[in-house]
Amino acid sequence: MNKISIIIKREYMTRVRKKSFIIMTILAPVLMAAIIIVPTLVMMNQDQDFKKIAVMEDGSDLFKDVIKSTKNLEFVYLENARLEELKNSYEKDGYYGILYISPELVNTPNAIQLLSKKQPPIGLLDHIEGSLEKEIEKQKLMTYNIENLDEIMKNVDTKVSIQTKKIGDTGEVSETSTGIAMALAYLGGFLMYMLVFMFGAQVMRGVIEEKTSRVVEVIVSSVKPVQLMMGKIVGIALVGLTQFLIWVFLTIAIAGVIRSTILKKENITEVSQNVTKSLMTEEQQEAMGTQSANMTPQMNEFSKLFNSAMNQPWGLIIICFIFYFITGYLLYASIFAAIGSAVDNETETQQFMLPVTIPIILALMVAMGTMQNPESSLSFWCSMIPLTSPIVMVARLPFGVPYWQLAVSMVLMIITFLAFVWMAAKVYRTGILMYGKKTSWKEMWKWLRYSG
Amino acid sequence: MILFEAKNVKKQFGSVLALDDVSISVPEQCIFGLLGPNGAGKTTLIRIINQITGPDSGELFLNGNKLKPADVMSIGYLPEERGLYKKMKVGEQALYFAQLKGLSKTEAMKRLKYWFRKLDMVDWWGKKVEELSKGMQQKVQFVTTVLHEPKLLIFDEPFTGFDPVNANVIKNEILYLRERGATIIFSTHNMESVEELCDNITLINKAKTILEGNVDDIRKKWAANEYDIVFAGDVTLSENGLYKILNRQTENEKSTIRLKTPGEADTNEILQTAMKSGKVISFNPALPSMNEIFIRVVEAKN
Repeated sequence: MNKISIIIKREYMTRVRKKSFIIMTILAPVLMAAIIIVPTLVMMNQDQDFKKIAVMEDGSDLFKDVIKSTKNLEFVYLENARLEELKNSYEKDGYYGILYISPELVNTPNAIQLLSKKQPPIGLLDHIEGSLEKEIEKQKLMTYNIENLDEIMKNVDTKVSIQTKKIGDTGEVSETSTGIAMALAYLGGFLMYMLVFMFGAQVMRGVIEEKTSRVVEVIVSSVKPVQLMMGKIVGIALVGLTQFLIWVFLTIAIAGVIRSTILKKENITEVSQNVTKSLMTEEQQEAMGTQSANMTPQMNEFSKLFNSAMNQPWGLIIICFIFYFITGYLLYASIFAAIGSAVDNETETQQFMLPVTIPIILALMVAMGTMQNPESSLSFWCSMIPLTSPIVMVARLPFGVPYWQLAVSMVLMIITFLAFVWMAAKVYRTGILMYGKKTSWKEMWKWLRYSG
Repeated sequence: MILFEAKNVKKQFGSVLALDDVSISVPEQCIFGLLGPNGAGKTTLIRIINQITGPDSGELFLNGNKLKPADVMSIGYLPEERGLYKKMKVGEQALYFAQLKGLSKTEAMKRLKYWFRKLDMVDWWGKKVEELSKGMQQKVQFVTTVLHEPKLLIFDEPFTGFDPVNANVIKNEILYLRERGATIIFSTHNMESVEELCDNITLINKAKTILEGNVDDIRKKWAANEYDIVFAGDVTLSENGLYKILNRQTENEKSTIRLKTPGEADTNEILQTAMKSGKVISFNPALPSMNEIFIRVVEAKN
């Protein structure tokens, strides 16, 4: 037991001290944060920039004062202006650009131009388009001679936002959000896939390194091959866990910094409105629902989403994630260790890798399908079969899984990973001391049955 | 006293018989040569002694007790193919192997300092293994093998890769270890070092023991009634009923003549005859080299 801990320590320390590990660990969340922050900052700067825009029409005044000015945008309607003159003078007069509207706009959607030196931000365009669309609709409706049109229009203005609620076994109702469940399913499934694959492959490379450098012969004269294999698998699992925890910690820290410094309360809605259009991140998913709503319902929506995120069975999800990570990783890492022991170098691993990769990829695909249809029988069966269950079950969890299914899946998982570790140990024990022979599956099957 | 014993060891890999009823017996403080051509089964036997693999049948004893898993602490093994982590630093690595052999960190450090100083390796401590030459790596490996002061040391081709100076250093260390009580199993193809170092040998060919015993006894047995007489000056000897002349060489004003007697020889009589022909410097039974014996035995069996 003591020797396993010495091996675990070496496996852990040599990897954690590697430059590539340190860089990956620190850089990944910083990069992630940069992806979030940079566009946010860019958008905010553009938004906070005050812009004055000259609006002119070609010989009519259909759209006079239709586009309302906002905090950062001022629309100045110029009567009897001439485009040619304006083109030369607009910058001197402090305009950001010229909005040139042709009367044809009512029938021709693109009979409008925004002339400016710089690429105008999407928010500005959305604002103009939205205002004009409404105005044109209104003008078209007016041709039907409806009485009290203005009032009707106000009453007709509607927003729809479906409230999804989940009924528990005992009949209590809690707020949920399909969006959040989907995001969680995606994140969980993909993370599981990444972790299992990445660190499983590291186990394989470690075994090959020991075999080709012949270190293995020295070590197995001091410890049992099984101890070496388990020490390596556990050591690398700890490396994975360390990296994962640092990522989680750094992400939370960075997210906290973003929240407190950039997303100040006063302009949170404006910013989030723009941000959600271009990207959806964990941080902003809470604000996802704000897209099309206006101020007050927006805050409402925000808190609802937040509540529904909090209503996810976090405890269950985290416990299950850790359970499936450990068992799934052990299952695949032991297969990878067995493969590593059977070959002389990394290029030879290919013939063995394919059959191992297939269930993982399949699981990932099923997990993605699960997001669309969590109750499908394919998802069900794949969350029961141990080779695919770690990824698929994690993806199913946010949508709610009956406890009996979870129990069956977990029991199957435990039995299978024990069986795989046992088999892998047998193959490994023989494989690490075999050199120069091309190994086949048949050969490995024979090793399984060798005694001591 | 016998330190290590293997009795009737058999091991089969699939359809290949690697060891067929092999027994060895290694006396305490002996340097024991485990010889044989490539693929004879030496490495398999060494792995069985190290408990890396188990025998299909047969028994192993250390100090008269059945070999048990904890005994790996009393065994040091230097494999033929040197194995060190290339990217790991020399000192850390030596420490790691020492800890795997059950030494505490402080004890391991103390002993490593002693050995690194003794073998002039202090500067290597912080270097990565891949920065060292092959001979240097082997020195490191040698130290990790002997560090836990095992009772039984197994060296598989310990001298390959060393220059003559370092080979001699290692040879002296092996002899010193023996003096201090260690027993050594020594596997090699280099028959000169067998003659020089080994007390007893076992020769394995095709999974079977074909020759075993004390090196001197074996060489005497294979001498087959041959003698070398060395005369001062250019001397010729005529044949008679007592012996035949096989060979005659003259070099540096000495003549060496190889005789063969038909049966059990009366050496005094031969010497008296020889003395009449010239001044005898030496008279010895002609011992065949281990190399000759090795080739003859293995070829006869094939």
